[in-house]
Amino acid sequence: MGGYILKRILSAVPVLLGITVIVFLIMAMIPGDPATAILGSYATPENVERLNRHLGLDQPLWQRYFTWLGNLLQGDFGRSFALNRPVLDEILDRFAATLILAGTAFVLCAFLGIAAGVVSAARQYGPADKAITFVVILGISVPSFFLGMMMILLFAVKLRWLPASGMYSIWGGGDLPDLIRHLTMPAFALAVVATGVIARLSRGAMLEVLRQDFIRTARAKGVPERRVIWGHALRAAMVGIIPVLGIQAGFVLSGAVYIEMVFQWPGVGRMLVDAILKRDILLVQGGVVFIAACYVGFNILVDVAQSLLDPRIRT
Amino acid sequence: MAFSSLTRRGFGVLTTALLATSAMVSPALAQTPPGVLVVGQIAEPQSLDPHAVTAVNDFRILMNVYEGLVRYASGTLEVEPALAESWEISDDGTVYTFTLHEGVNFHDGSTLDAEAVVFNFERMLNEDHPYHNTGPFPLSFFFSAVQGVEALDDRTVRFTLNEPYAPFLSNLAYPTGLIVSPAAVMQHGAEFGRNPSGTGPFRFAEWRSNEGVVVTRNDSYWGDNAALETVVFRPITDANTRVAEMLSGGIDVMVEVPPVALSQFAGANYTIHEQAGPHVWFLILNALEGPFADVRVRQAANYAINREAIVRDVLEGTATVAAGPTPPAFAWAYNTDLEPYPYDPDRARALIAEAGAEGAQLTFYVTEGGSGMLDPVAMGTAIQADLAAVGFDVRIETYEWNTFLGRVNPGLQGKADMAQMAWMTNDPDTLPFLALRTAAWPEQGGFNSGYYSNPEVDTLLEAARVATDQDERARLYREMQVIVQQDAPWVFVANWMQNAVTSDRVEGFSLEPSFFLLLGDVTKN
Repeated sequence: MGGYILKRILSAVPVLLGITVIVFLIMAMIPGDPATAILGSYATPENVERLNRHLGLDQPLWQRYFTWLGNLLQGDFGRSFALNRPVLDEILDRFAATLILAGTAFVLCAFLGIAAGVVSAARQYGPADKAITFVVILGISVPSFFLGMMMILLFAVKLRWLPASGMYSIWGGGDLPDLIRHLTMPAFALAVVATGVIARLSRGAMLEVLRQDFIRTARAKGVPERRVIWGHALRAAMVGIIPVLGIQAGFVLSGAVYIEMVFQWPGVGRMLVDAILKRDILLVQGGVVFIAACYVGFNILVDVAQSLLDPRIRT
Repeated sequence: MAFSSLTRRGFGVLTTALLATSAMVSPALAQTPPGVLVVGQIAEPQSLDPHAVTAVNDFRILMNVYEGLVRYASGTLEVEPALAESWEISDDGTVYTFTLHEGVNFHDGSTLDAEAVVFNFERMLNEDHPYHNTGPFPLSFFFSAVQGVEALDDRTVRFTLNEPYAPFLSNLAYPTGLIVSPAAVMQHGAEFGRNPSGTGPFRFAEWRSNEGVVVTRNDSYWGDNAALETVVFRPITDANTRVAEMLSGGIDVMVEVPPVALSQFAGANYTIHEQAGPHVWFLILNALEGPFADVRVRQAANYAINREAIVRDVLEGTATVAAGPTPPAFAWAYNTDLEPYPYDPDRARALIAEAGAEGAQLTFYVTEGGSGMLDPVAMGTAIQADLAAVGFDVRIETYEWNTFLGRVNPGLQGKADMAQMAWMTNDPDTLPFLALRTAAWPEQGGFNSGYYSNPEVDTLLEAARVATDQDERARLYREMQVIVQQDAPWVFVANWMQNAVTSDRVEGFSLEPSFFLLLGDVTKN
């Protein structure tokens, strides 16, 4: 088992190195530079050159890459031009916010999605199945940012039940109930699509399992139907569902970008969008590498979890 | 491992969480208390070091925390004393001697004296200064005419310029001229931008990244104490969300209301504030080559574009039609005799026929959005249609803002016939000097991207820059505006009025022509 984990971790190294090269080259190739973004209308060639020199952007490309990579390996992500603070501080601050949002949304969509899928499969073509399928397709079809905007209009502007945006009240608040009030709408808006996808796939996985012999055996020997479904069948179906959960976790994390924009959630997605517009090179590079590392790490976890459930994979 | 029980337990947890959530949803959200003003800003500030920033968004915070030697008198763009109670200018216009107010302290307790002022300008301008590395200072060229700053005694500071430079005083009133506490810079170094200390009516309290900047009343302020206890500046980058926050009571003041959203605030619960500012939105015409090399075609473009309609229908009345290169907000330098080009497509067609430019193909650079650019895509489309009506075939090329600047600033030669642009400046000198002189062609480091050249205008601008008498300067600028309007190097499109919405709990709020937000006199019930 240890050998398997080590092998997965080692195979991630070239992936991450490749990502550093790609993100570095993309930032070097896109038009516009941080000096132009900072100076705006005042970006004379002379001012741009002076500022770029100050920011260390006048060095050759390869030299900048290796300086950056060398610092990165020592845990130094550099300093953001646009925010005037260390990149890693900013990423960690923002990543915590994203994790809270995406984590909540993920838990929501995993439980709701699997439950809906199991119920659908158990009552195939029954009214419950049809109702769930209808809601699920609706959920998959509505863009999450649109749903978010509609939720703000209804719950914040019209009914004034929930705050329209942000993570904590700017005045008072700052405690857990305050966080939950701010979290409710964005977490639901973010969870909707993934819930639908997980429900569809769980239904399929369950239907396949329910047709198998061991289920018939279980029923024949008199195991209560609820245990057949939630015990025997779901456990077998989980082997198919868990990789989907892993992929959906990735989607929830990347979908957080839109939701963070709509709800002004101070997360890493919004940070990256702002940083790209401001050509905040080090923040974009650091942010992308950090997220990629998390992604890779999460995939390793999923693989390990799967190999625990199904030892055949561990070869 | 029994999945059945795990799942059921999971559902239990989930149900509890849902119930807890709905229990915490109170019918009416807690309002912010009186004396605490929440301002909805358009972005997270870059830094609270006034010498390190360039955005109006950041200036809104800074102008309440810091002060400069001079400031703009309320409601105007004319300079009046602030930290300096008086000053003298030498006859040749190269030596400025300021006398500082007595008994002014920074928020960190250190004293504002002449040495502190010297420190501020040395840090920005002198590359060998021990704290120059706390920069970069992108707008330090505002003071590039400064040859030396010296403290004559505790309260007297003298600036020596390498040549007469009339905009010097209004540059001092700009945020780049705000005075920071040297002690705080020494203490915090590069982190000063997150630990600011000035002399203003509000002192910095807290900066929660991407949630808000909090400032509180400076009770030992040397002037009249502010009425508000606390001001919170919240960054809300999405305009729709900003509107929703204003409607749901999450913020008390909202700046830069999108024109289409203004009607939502028509009721008695809100007040809409508008104020014309030193902004001009124009089209740079390529006067070097192509159809616009002919002055008649440039004038024709000014006649052909229906600016009234753009201002009314696209911008929903949040701007006025521009008459010339200088915004009317510079009241002292603006030529009130100047009438905007009327909308007259027939005259445009006649001029085009005279110049033999019928049916010319034009390449038009449009941006997706950028500082002061208002609604560039919609405006660009309207302009394209107006020009098509007089027979031009206009091809629009749209670029993201930074890419756009990277294409326009080096000059339009060989690339385009026209490009959108907008400027907000603090002195009537800045824009024409940087964008209309012959010596400001891009290859010489200026912004004259359309290669306009008129020796008469050059002479007037050079003379105005060294004139120490304001009336004389005003006369020169007025003359310049008439010539430039006639030469039509640009299509003068619009002067933006900045706007803000306040809730009915806010009183004493007004916008300044400088686009700064001064909250010293504001109250909230």
